[in-house]
Amino acid sequence: MSETLTLNKIVGQKGISTAEAANRVSDLGWTPSYVQEAMTFPTDYKISKVPRDPMKQVLRSYFPMQEEKDNRVYGALDAALRGDMFRNVEPRWVEWMKLFLAIIPFPEISAARSMAMVGRLAPGEELRTGFTMQMVDEFRHSTIQMNLKKWYMENYIDPAGFDITEAAFGKCYATTIGRQFAEGFLTGDAITAANIYLTVVAETAFTNTLFVAMPSEAARNGDYALPTVFLSVQSDESRHIGNGHSMLMAMIHDPSNHQLLERDLKYAFWQNHAIVDAAIGTFIEYGTTNRDKNKESYAELWHRWIYEDYYRTYMLPLEKYGIKIHHDDVAEAWDRIVKKNYVHKTAQFFSVGWSFNFWRIEAQTEKDFEWFEHKYPGWYAEFGDFWKWYAKLSVPGEKNIAFNADVGYVYPHRCWSCMVPCLIREDFCCDEVDGKVYTYCSEGCRWTHKVAFAAEYEGRATPAMGRFSGRREWEECYHGWDHADAMVDLGFVRSDGKTLVPQPHLRFEQKDMWTLDHVRGNTLGSPLRAFRALKPGAERDAAVAEYRKGYTINPCN
Amino acid sequence: MSASPQTVQKSGAAGSAVFAGSDSRKYNYFEPKARKASHYEDMTVDVQPDPERYLLQDWIISFPDGTPTYSKTWTKALSSNWHQFRAVDQEWERTHYQRQSTICGMVQGVIENARKSGAPKRFDSAWVKVLQDHLGAYKHAEFGLGTSLMQAQRYGYTQMINNATLTNSSYKLRFAQDLTLYLSEIGLDLQGFDHNAGKKHWLENPIWQGTRKSIEAIMGATDYLEQYLATNLVFEPLVGELFRSGFIMQMAASQGDFATPSVVAAAEADYERNLANTVELIHMLTHDKEHGAHNVKLFNGWIAHHGALAKEAAANLQPIWSQPRVKVSSFAEAQERAHNRIQTICSQVGLQAS
Ligand SMILES: [Fe+2]
Ligand SMILES: [Fe+2]
Ligand SMILES: [Zn+2]
Repeated sequence: MSETLTLNKIVGQKGISTAEAANRVSDLGWTPSYVQEAMTFPTDYKISKVPRDPMKQVLRSYFPMQEEKDNRVYGALDAALRGDMFRNVEPRWVEWMKLFLAIIPFPEISAARSMAMVGRLAPGEELRTGFTMQMVDEFRHSTIQMNLKKWYMENYIDPAGFDITEAAFGKCYATTIGRQFAEGFLTGDAITAANIYLTVVAETAFTNTLFVAMPSEAARNGDYALPTVFLSVQSDESRHIGNGHSMLMAMIHDPSNHQLLERDLKYAFWQNHAIVDAAIGTFIEYGTTNRDKNKESYAELWHRWIYEDYYRTYMLPLEKYGIKIHHDDVAEAWDRIVKKNYVHKTAQFFSVGWSFNFWRIEAQTEKDFEWFEHKYPGWYAEFGDFWKWYAKLSVPGEKNIAFNADVGYVYPHRCWSCMVPCLIREDFCCDEVDGKVYTYCSEGCRWTHKVAFAAEYEGRATPAMGRFSGRREWEECYHGWDHADAMVDLGFVRSDGKTLVPQPHLRFEQKDMWTLDHVRGNTLGSPLRAFRALKPGAERDAAVAEYRKGYTINPCN
Repeated sequence: MSASPQTVQKSGAAGSAVFAGSDSRKYNYFEPKARKASHYEDMTVDVQPDPERYLLQDWIISFPDGTPTYSKTWTKALSSNWHQFRAVDQEWERTHYQRQSTICGMVQGVIENARKSGAPKRFDSAWVKVLQDHLGAYKHAEFGLGTSLMQAQRYGYTQMINNATLTNSSYKLRFAQDLTLYLSEIGLDLQGFDHNAGKKHWLENPIWQGTRKSIEAIMGATDYLEQYLATNLVFEPLVGELFRSGFIMQMAASQGDFATPSVVAAAEADYERNLANTVELIHMLTHDKEHGAHNVKLFNGWIAHHGALAKEAAANLQPIWSQPRVKVSSFAEAQERAHNRIQTICSQVGLQAS
């Protein structure tokens, strides 16, 4: 018997088909005639076609399906505790979750909010159920992640950093990078934000690294909770990707949209690369203790998820609609990962800055070195000494690595666009926007600020496009502050009022822990202020040339 | 002193070492409403940040006119502390899915059992036409509120406000679909049942034009709080409940229909929760020490505006009460209850039901 036996069949009761149900439901909308809806979130795009709903699902099957998924997640969390998961979990891994889980609930809920924007823009109501499900999904993701974080806080050896999580999210230089990711979903041109940046690029391309690669690494570190939650989160993504794709298809046939599509695909890809690869690459490569040489490195994962699955199977086919795909950016991102050590330099920066963080980072050791050298030949020559220095300087009373001239590390400029520092020195650049000088990690980021986020694009007015704002250089917020005072202001001090939340090691004895006294006496400064103080012309050019040359880490013995 | 080899920590479990902060196992960055933070608060508070609380670097993207990612200017209401509000229903994802899923199961059970027992065929024929035309039209009102709240959940100043608006939207859109699919399925058992009649009545029948106008006024409002208030403090008591409770629930049984009230009852329960949330928020704003008077004036204006539309909508609905063959309750009684209801609600929050 091939057909499934259902109660309806037994009693001979015919229901309506799912497709029919979806059609009826999509007929709930109408065009208002008494009061017009205000175009509260404008776009410069034209959406002339009605986007089609590829999913054909209705809420009465959606809610029970999601409840069932939830039951499995919460059941697995209970089982993990019964199985004493935390006895065997790797603290090196869980510490990075303090950063990751401080960031991610806000991007998630931002995606929920952005459904308001596409919901009203899409002509017809066929996609409304899809947007509704995505809105509720993202509410699910945000709160289920807050729950996971609370669960770590309750059960992991060192809860400090989890306990201040949303306050830390507002203050830390690293979480701001994640906020750039999220604010991009819901501010500015509604289609740029909620369709291209969020759905067509972030969800379609990058959630695999976030929600599939991360869970695998978690499991290798004895963490079975994160995979349970995040694979469940990821199982919602195919619907979101479907929503995004059908919106895209409703616009792509109109050539007047092509210029903007090219701009936004370029902007979104480059920002996602700069932000997601920096963060997730670091978590996966440096947050793990598993050094199995047979597992894929982040670079290998990237090649599979981003290059093959996204670039080759999703982006390239868009060319047949006459869209120019920025092949060179994809190639450049790949080079940054495999040749220019983007991830390694990010992890190095987070570690130099350990004493401004709200999580612990321990040193990489010989066993790690071997794996890195195997996966990234040449790694040891560039980073080996640095990590030896890091281990050596992890003892309280040693001179803090961020201010220690013996090491040879030079504190970087910050990129005004992606907010990751300008770590690939040779790619450093600067430009003027509205009469002010800004620094960037790459040409892609310079273009993003100066060209993409502007009132005009290639001669075409773009009145709906957003702008970069706020105090985007974190260092400027504490310019002239003593390090210890900044830590107090940040709130990254433990409950005894003196021990720091961050530590450069995983030693859990009080005597090994750094306190405010150990970091007092160093003054923070804004690299951008210093740069702006240089005279335009020869003086500034010389500084750029000098920065691009880079630095050398001194041997550590 | 040598830093390596690193100490081997035997366990990553809570309590396996004692050091500063090792017992700090509660989110400590907000003030709980009660003595102890609820799980809902832990899941919700401060996830949407605020430059006045912890957002050191301020919002980092703005709209072209300089408006940041979130702005207090998106409502005319003022608050000395937007973060004070907590949703009374305490929903986070798990409780939301549990509740929604239970309702979906209940509604499907009702439909299945009703059809299995041949119930729709026993509905009075005049009543079938009422369901087809008027319940069919009314489902669009629910949908309009759902989409309007979906829009509103982008604008609130805190996570608590926006999540309460989001779940309200989710409830409304589910109920609009519940009605659509309920009518579709009982329609299979009723000869000549016209699935398109409801929308036609919604768009064209003078009986429904007041309601449609009222809904479109809420959908078209640009102040998210106005949308939220007009939905739950005005439209729902004056028109929504009037039709759902005052007509469908009252009349159905006498027309041989025991199924429809069960489907509609879910919306009444949804509304109790959404009303409680709204009352809590509006009460907070009308009792704000600094801005209470400003808010009272503003809200009374909204109530007067949307109230006039809703009253006209309700009056237009009157002919429906005489359409069922068996008449068990009058429009006047239902309207009386609706007016009492809005009076009670408004007096709770210090406002005037005009
Ligand atoms: Fe999500
Ligand atoms: Fe998503
Ligand atoms: Zn950059």
